[in-house]
Amino acid sequence: MYDVIIIGAGVSGCAIARELSRKKGKILVVERAEDVCCGTSKANSAIVHAGYDAKHGTLMAKLNVQGSRMMPGLAKELDFHYENNGSLVVMMSEEDRPALMALYENGLKNGVEQLQILERDALRAMEPNISDNAVAALYAPTGAIVCPFGLTFALAENAAKNGVQFQFDSEVTDVQKIDGGWKVVTAKGTLETKAVVNAAGVYADKIHNMVSSETMTITPRRGDYFLLDRATQGFVKNTIFQLPGKYGKGVLVAPTVHGNTIVGPTAIDIEDKDGTATTQAGLDDVRSKSGIAVKNLPLRQTITSFAGLRAHEARHEFFIGEIAPGFVDCAAIESPGLSSAPAIGVMVADIVGGILHLEDNPNFDGTRKGILDPKALSPEAHAALIRENPAYGNVICRCETITEGEIVDAIHRTPGARSLDGVKRRTRAGMGRCQGGFCSPRVMEILSRELGIPMDQVTKSGGNSKLIVGTNKDSL
Amino acid sequence: MKEYDLVIIGGGPAGLAAAVAARNAGVESILILERDNELGGILNQCIHSGFGLHTFQEELTGPEYAGRFIDQVKQLQIPYKLKTMVLDLAPDKTVTAMNAEDGLFQIHPKAVILAMGCRERPRGALNIPGFRPAGIYTAGTAQRLVNMEGYLPGRNVVILGSGDIGLIMARRMTLEGAKVHVVAELMPYSGGLKRNIVQCLDDFGIPLKLSHTVVDIQGKERVEGITLARVENGKPIPGTEEHYPCDTLLLSCGLIPENELSRSAGVTINPVTNGPAVNESLETSIPGVFAAGNVLHVHDLVDYVSEEAAAAGVHAARYILQGQSPAGNEIPIRCEGGVRYTVPVSIRPQELEADAVVPLRFRVGNVYQNKRIVVYAGETQIFQRKARVLAPGEMETVNLKASVLQEHGDAPEILVKLEDA
Repeated sequence: MYDVIIIGAGVSGCAIARELSRKKGKILVVERAEDVCCGTSKANSAIVHAGYDAKHGTLMAKLNVQGSRMMPGLAKELDFHYENNGSLVVMMSEEDRPALMALYENGLKNGVEQLQILERDALRAMEPNISDNAVAALYAPTGAIVCPFGLTFALAENAAKNGVQFQFDSEVTDVQKIDGGWKVVTAKGTLETKAVVNAAGVYADKIHNMVSSETMTITPRRGDYFLLDRATQGFVKNTIFQLPGKYGKGVLVAPTVHGNTIVGPTAIDIEDKDGTATTQAGLDDVRSKSGIAVKNLPLRQTITSFAGLRAHEARHEFFIGEIAPGFVDCAAIESPGLSSAPAIGVMVADIVGGILHLEDNPNFDGTRKGILDPKALSPEAHAALIRENPAYGNVICRCETITEGEIVDAIHRTPGARSLDGVKRRTRAGMGRCQGGFCSPRVMEILSRELGIPMDQVTKSGGNSKLIVGTNKDSL
Repeated sequence: MKEYDLVIIGGGPAGLAAAVAARNAGVESILILERDNELGGILNQCIHSGFGLHTFQEELTGPEYAGRFIDQVKQLQIPYKLKTMVLDLAPDKTVTAMNAEDGLFQIHPKAVILAMGCRERPRGALNIPGFRPAGIYTAGTAQRLVNMEGYLPGRNVVILGSGDIGLIMARRMTLEGAKVHVVAELMPYSGGLKRNIVQCLDDFGIPLKLSHTVVDIQGKERVEGITLARVENGKPIPGTEEHYPCDTLLLSCGLIPENELSRSAGVTINPVTNGPAVNESLETSIPGVFAAGNVLHVHDLVDYVSEEAAAAGVHAARYILQGQSPAGNEIPIRCEGGVRYTVPVSIRPQELEADAVVPLRFRVGNVYQNKRIVVYAGETQIFQRKARVLAPGEMETVNLKASVLQEHGDAPEILVKLEDA
């Protein structure tokens, strides 16, 4: 019998797992996908919101500000990419000033530090590509950007290091009350546990409704994005939001920690909880709004477009708490969920700790080293690394300069990469301007070799996403 | 690391021909840097025939064509390093590269020839909406899987884009046992060679749908189908959608010269070709840095790549042996009236040998019939040729005589355009 089963290996589930691993206990994360970070956590704006936006007094506001404050320290402990680039909410018309001031006041009440209003000239000096029509902006120096994959993998790996187990391809089909705990029925068998945490993202309503008569409805709210080539690095320094107002809601334009520029999202409520297909209308919407707050946005340098789903619930508030004895919801975690994740982890772990009275784990080690990036080394250290392990001299992904050494490292981590996308999200191989055209066959070979599986079993992202279907002339 | 006078970045057709020509022109110290496991570049996966009709008056396969040049490189004992990635080219021509054997190393050559080739435009850059499942490949990636590794990436195939690789792969996939349902092309004309449309589509009964594009991709894990629609003025027309069940979508939607290193060196890039802007010596804006082949502009036939690269090799040799680029009045070349770009973008007439010929290569932006290709030096017409059909899929070459260019050595510009016949 497990002490805790966490349903969902997204950023919330992994943050909770990592916090719970401070305690002694048998903890399991079950995930329907083949890897960590396959749902909402993988496709979002990659922003750490400063916390001025969420309405004062809400749990969202509290956890956002806490999470944002925790993130820099966590980035050091767990070695993931985080950059405190600042954010600007740009006002496009003087008549919207009351809304800008309301946002500023809300931020002050939420406890966001260093907020200030920048007028036109100061704004222009800070961001040369800001629209000529921009009037003023709310500047939040504590706004930041993060690699959402990096954050989630870091939390998962550190949880695993401290004893948390992971089980993938294990969709939860039922949760039933049993004596002293819960029975969790998964696609890979039935498990028993004293406590359950529901961190199932867009599916959290389904899990919730398995145990509660007060039904919940999570609506997948789709966001379409464009990702631009790293050649656009420096187009904006801050994350640029547009103040909702006279010219609509707008989309954000932000740098990513890897030097790309991200533009989006839309907000389209859909039915399909796996409906991450972009649509022409969605992409057109992003395109038409993208040039309002900034000018000369080089959308021609788009290297990919994608869509992610936010787990929206009608109250627009995080839903965290014990809803049945030993069953804890961590649901409706929509934006700013990524920003809040470190604080969500602490809060939910505290709730579970209070229920189970777990002892401290004396062997807890809260540090983790990310995948070694040879590019970050001095030339001497880089050369020494290749001498020691020649795989670090073998470039597999030419766009992002990712070597065989890094890919092998990603595969042999716990939890490790088992697919092309798993490698991509851990190492960035295939994330560059050619989008895997050059490296995919090579990464497939490495996956096949390192995992000991035939090439026709190598997948893009688990399940039936097989990359090749046979050999030449096998049907003739 | 040993120093070399000439470093050639890329061991594909351009790099090989450049190396051979430079050695024959007197450069002893040459190094070719190639990122793949063997020399030959993309030709190694082009196992169909049709290469070398101009160069060797024979119909060779890609590997055979490459083999002719690889043999020469080996005979001339020109050194090369495989599985070697050039990480940076500095404005002072310092080359930083890496491989498993030598580790990280630098070379400070007197001259560099850029011969990195091009890459395919990926799905993301095409803004095709829909899911992002397995089974979407660029035609070249599929070609590598099939032709070099023997793996079939799919059994029911739709191809978007009628670039040459897409057409070739329509035939290849058919021969390997897959069913190619349709080739869709956004433009009202094909992006590939006429001969490929005939030999790869018509001969196999594969329909080519011009002015069509993919408007949706279905399938969450693996491609399950795609939707095509007719396009007018670049926009899909509602109500014209056709659904194709398939497990694979191949993309052949354009090639992009691979110029990240050129940019890091600070080479001026021609925004139309996305390749370096070069003069008649195929020299970039950085003296001693030359470019040839698909890194410069996308060619239709490899024979022209070899020819162009050999010229770059000769010019690089002259630079190395003379120690500098010749100075001289540089006449800019302008293009209009359907001519999208020219390579080179400028000519220094007094630098040319009296009997030299400057090939002016270009592509047109649309399908034209019954036109004349006309070249002016200043006000004076210095060349004209009738062209019954001109198409974007075919590269055009105009050979300008040095003697004529020298006669007009003080012309303010050279103009290339299409005029009605």
